[in-house]
Amino acid sequence: MSKVIVVTSGKGGVGKTTSSAAFSAGLAARGHKTAVIDFDVGLRNLDLIMGVERRVIYDFVNVINGEATLKQALIKDKRVDNLYILPASQTRDKDALNKEGVESIINELKADGFEYIVCDSPAGIEKGAFMALYFADEAIVVTNPEVSSVRDSDRILGILQSRSKIAEDGGSVKEHLLITRYSPDRVEGGDMLGMDDIVEILSIPLIGVIPESGTVLQASNSGNPVIMDKESTAGQAYEDVVSRFLGEDIPLRFVDVEIKKKGFFQKIFG
Amino acid sequence: MGLFNFFKKEKKKNTANLAKERLQILIAHERTDKSQRSPDYLPKLRDELVEVIRKYVHVSDKDVNVSLEKCDDFDTLELNITLSDKVD
Repeated sequence: MSKVIVVTSGKGGVGKTTSSAAFSAGLAARGHKTAVIDFDVGLRNLDLIMGVERRVIYDFVNVINGEATLKQALIKDKRVDNLYILPASQTRDKDALNKEGVESIINELKADGFEYIVCDSPAGIEKGAFMALYFADEAIVVTNPEVSSVRDSDRILGILQSRSKIAEDGGSVKEHLLITRYSPDRVEGGDMLGMDDIVEILSIPLIGVIPESGTVLQASNSGNPVIMDKESTAGQAYEDVVSRFLGEDIPLRFVDVEIKKKGFFQKIFG
Repeated sequence: MGLFNFFKKEKKKNTANLAKERLQILIAHERTDKSQRSPDYLPKLRDELVEVIRKYVHVSDKDVNVSLEKCDDFDTLELNITLSDKVD
């Protein structure tokens, strides 16, 4: 049985592509044949985050238009077995994606034995975002602990519940909340929404919390999914997300303030 | 906790709580708003109806009124067409 998972958020810049790259690389590293598709037509970036930008020959839209086969367009990752990337097109044609074309590609991937098909959604609620979520069985909603991101996530949840194929057929998409760029220090200080508050507001189950970390930028600089950095807290937090997605019940990490040793005067004077 | 923090805390505003309250009100509002809003297809339905009716009688755009009303366990789609008295 294959599963289609959309990584979405509504708001831009919250970490959809970073999360798609890490999540799909994590699934593949555990032996699951995984494809990750960039739905951001016109502004592709998944190829860059995954470090395969120089290997793009054909793209998503070429396959839909019959200009290339799916096999020709899929880029096989050289670091992780079982991982394949389908880049978006750089065309400015807004109608490049259509339901029939997307469905045929997803069906072909399923027939090819792909267990997980991860759809990296563009920001917004336009056609690309709609196409990315339409065929989804499950959704990872990426949210920053910040008001506009939480509000946009709620909008996307509404669209998932009403306009996805599963919803049209009377079912419901399984939703997961992924909080990224979390700073326990700032939550403790009362400057940042806490994860419990976000879960309460959006009322969907939490699949993970990724701490704010410099290694995320380093990973994208070098074109390696951050999950491959086993030392970094963000990488480890993504590993936990993959474990939970696969059904393991493991506690959250990196969500509490690290206890730092304070000097004598610091203790007294704060 | 330091000695001075005890006094400092009082003054410092917890903006995260403010964010939570604002979001809860806003999102509750937006969710109910959406369920009460008329469906997206109403304007198009109205235009197409006017077109069909025009094949037989002359009506202007403003003579056709389509509305959807929500009752407890059913919805009513109300279509109101005003025909003019004028004989063509």
